[in-house]
Amino acid sequence: MMDPPPYRLCRNAFGRLECTGTDGEVHEGVVPVRAFPITAPEHGIALVDPHGRELAWIDQLSDLPDDFRILVETELARREFMPEIRRIVSVSSFATPSTWEVQTDRGSAHLILKGEEDIRRLTAPALLIADSHGIHYLIRDRHALDQQSRRFLDRFL
Amino acid sequence: MALAEDERLLAWLAIDLDASLRFAPGMIIVTSERLLAMSADDTQWQAWNYRRGLTLARRDHAGVGTLELCDASSLLGHWRYTLGSDVAAGRLVDHFARQLSFRLTGEIPAVSALALCPNCETPLLAGQEECPVCSKEIHEPPSTWTLLRLGRFARPYRGQLLAGFLLSLLTTAATLVAPYLTMPLMDNVLIPYQNGKAIDPGLVALYLSGLLGSSLVAWVLGWGRTYILALVSERIGADLRTTTYEHLLKLSQEYFGGKRTGDLMARIGSETDRINIFISLHLLDFATDVLMIVMTTAILVSIDPWLAAVTLLPLPIIAWLIHVVRERLRTGFERVDRVWAEVTNVLADTIPGIRVVKAFAQEQREAARFRAANAHNLDVNDRVNKVWSLFSPTVTLLTELGLLIVWAFGIWQIAKDQITVGVLTAFLAYISRFYLRLDSMSRIVSVTQKAAAGAKRIFDILDHVSSVPEPINPVHLPSVSGRIELRSVGFRYGTRSVTRDISIVIEPGEMVGLVGHSGSGKSTLVNLISRFYDVTEGAILIDGVDVRSIPVAEYRKNIGLVLQEPFLFFGTIAENIAYGRPTATRCEIIAAARAAHAHEFILRLPHGYDSLVGERGQALSGGERQRISIARALLIDPPILILDEATSSVDTTTEKEIQKALDNLVRGRTTIAIAHRLSTLRDANRLVVLDRGRIVEAGSHDELMAREGHYYRLYQAQARNVDTEDQLHTLRVDPKDEGDRE
Ligand SMILES: Nc1ncnc2c1ncn2[C@@H]1O[C@H](COP(=O)(O)OP(=O)(O)O)[C@@H](O)[C@H]1O
Ligand SMILES: [Mg+2]
Repeated sequence: MMDPPPYRLCRNAFGRLECTGTDGEVHEGVVPVRAFPITAPEHGIALVDPHGRELAWIDQLSDLPDDFRILVETELARREFMPEIRRIVSVSSFATPSTWEVQTDRGSAHLILKGEEDIRRLTAPALLIADSHGIHYLIRDRHALDQQSRRFLDRFL
Repeated sequence: MALAEDERLLAWLAIDLDASLRFAPGMIIVTSERLLAMSADDTQWQAWNYRRGLTLARRDHAGVGTLELCDASSLLGHWRYTLGSDVAAGRLVDHFARQLSFRLTGEIPAVSALALCPNCETPLLAGQEECPVCSKEIHEPPSTWTLLRLGRFARPYRGQLLAGFLLSLLTTAATLVAPYLTMPLMDNVLIPYQNGKAIDPGLVALYLSGLLGSSLVAWVLGWGRTYILALVSERIGADLRTTTYEHLLKLSQEYFGGKRTGDLMARIGSETDRINIFISLHLLDFATDVLMIVMTTAILVSIDPWLAAVTLLPLPIIAWLIHVVRERLRTGFERVDRVWAEVTNVLADTIPGIRVVKAFAQEQREAARFRAANAHNLDVNDRVNKVWSLFSPTVTLLTELGLLIVWAFGIWQIAKDQITVGVLTAFLAYISRFYLRLDSMSRIVSVTQKAAAGAKRIFDILDHVSSVPEPINPVHLPSVSGRIELRSVGFRYGTRSVTRDISIVIEPGEMVGLVGHSGSGKSTLVNLISRFYDVTEGAILIDGVDVRSIPVAEYRKNIGLVLQEPFLFFGTIAENIAYGRPTATRCEIIAAARAAHAHEFILRLPHGYDSLVGERGQALSGGERQRISIARALLIDPPILILDEATSSVDTTTEKEIQKALDNLVRGRTTIAIAHRLSTLRDANRLVVLDRGRIVEAGSHDELMAREGHYYRLYQAQARNVDTEDQLHTLRVDPKDEGDRE
């Protein structure tokens, strides 16, 4: 365990995170931001004030005392939305724009793929799919999908 | 849930996420009495009656919108939805606020007088029936029969195409004469000779001249056919190319932002060429083949129906085989296309950035990247070829088997004296040609798929509707005074909300300076005013007319734009200066160059105004290029001038030169200037300070300094000679000193 951090965190009545620095200044509406949300989500999290200024840097979530860690984790969970595609149930057409019915870790959803270029290749084998409303769907390992999903996906890659 | 008796429904929002951000339906309702909500986490409706201090706020982050209901002391509830329902959410918030204020004060706040789109609440313009925002969202896939759509480009050449087709018909008929003549040659000349009868030279000469004649006719006709059709297909290809390019040029900045140069170049270059070859060679061959098969079948049946039936037996099998392979090959070839674009993309990335590559000694890395793209290309091609390579030999095998059947059945029939040797020879001659054609016909599968894939990629461009659409009922402004009004303008790149609720009025002839940290949305605002993008909320008006109702090109003629990175096209300096007004006289060009303080350095170049610049041309310094681009803006004499960090990339002495040039440019025009060095904006009538996409302050330099707010801090930071950008971007890794920031 590391030294306790030199700031204090708590949640106020409006559900916002508050961060109190060493000088006693209170920042309301602090948000945790992951530096590498896809490749290294657990490493490098910044606490940022509403003006986008960095207040504190957390190398690793596990460095934090439990109560702070839980606060940060719940706040992250409230902000982060990157459904992970588990299965592609159907696609309306192989030409874009195409509507996909997918099953994700957050339930089933429809997404509209505007063009093939909205499928971004991350470090293999991960893919990131941006739908027409800008929601990013993650495919962590495209080889791990079932055969039908892989076949659908292959038509767009 | 039951509404009270005289309770009215005002607005509702169907939400699609629950509190833990899982997809689940829910509903929020604003009625005349209260706010009602039920999300997937709730078992029953929750309700809040209107009371003082209640606020409903909307925020969004990473594609998820949040509605938060608060009173003065705490958060009462919050709901999440994906941004597809953001407009409905905005409407809900609006209704809530109005109804709340009505409850508290008894007055209903005025609704804006503008006509709004019922779907998304974008203000509709005079004469506009369809909302430009809604109508541009097309989510229909293009039709699969893409190749047929090429017909649009073939229509102007109907006459030639018909002529070509008739010639094909005649050529094919002529080529079919030869095998037919083998029959009498065999039965009337060769077989009787074997049986001891002498050869009749006259008869032989007749048959042989028939053979020669048919070959010659086929030769002449075939030449004419190929020439006409090659001519036509070349023209269709050229039309396709120019149409696509013209359409591409009309598309908005947004489209180019999302595409890579290499990919677009490949589409317009090689894809159109592929389609061209498809029409001129493959389609033509295929048509001829079909004709040949139909005619051959007719001839065979007329000679001997039974033998014909046996001969044609393998045909359905081959047709089936073709069909099976078709699907697999099509997807394969589409993938090959995309991989090919990937290879060219690496080139398009690296070659313009070659200085960076060399400076960081990353040649090896770039070579490896290219090798990897190529390896991927190979891999995909290998997979396609696996299917493809099996295909042709299988067809050949089937034809051999077909010939075998004909031999066997023919010999059996000769033995039974049902046909002559000549008939069998003719059949074999026909059938080997016939199968030869089937073999080449099978190639049509792959080329059609390739051409269809190419056509689809081209129609992807052609079908793309510009996100900066031309107005349906355009308003023409004869002369523009230069009054610009921004009415609560909001804009997002994708889901990233970049600017929000910006309202400014800029009077004609006024110079307004936009200041703010890098990333605060200054360039975005300028892009919106230039209509490189259209606003997502609110409206921009010029002389009181919404810019969306003016034809795009006509509107931009009124704007002179000087950017941080001036772009010079390949051509002479004079041509570059006259880019916006190619009809300008030499005197005008020189006058513009003089005013831009570019005249003297141009005269120092070896070829003066005729020096070639741009890629492969004379190398010019950043300041020199900038002054040419200022001259370019001066020459079109625009009522509105936009300077986006026009002096940021040059040193202070050059900046002074450019500043002098700009002073000439600014005079008498509505000017919007963005400058990194605040001192350059001293002349501005008004400064508008942006921070994170909002206006935080506005006023003259002195007023803003007196206020000691945002601008004051920015100015102080520069006066202390601290680079604000650097300060902003320094990441404080050490959490210990997080308290002592300004
Ligand atoms: N094409 C784009 N796509 C997505 N985001 C963009 C694009 N252009 C700019 N942005 C973002 O918009 C914000 C404002 O950018 P910009 O207007 O260029 O700032 P400024 O000119 O004030 O430095 C920045 O956060 C930037 O990252
Ligand atoms: Mg900028």
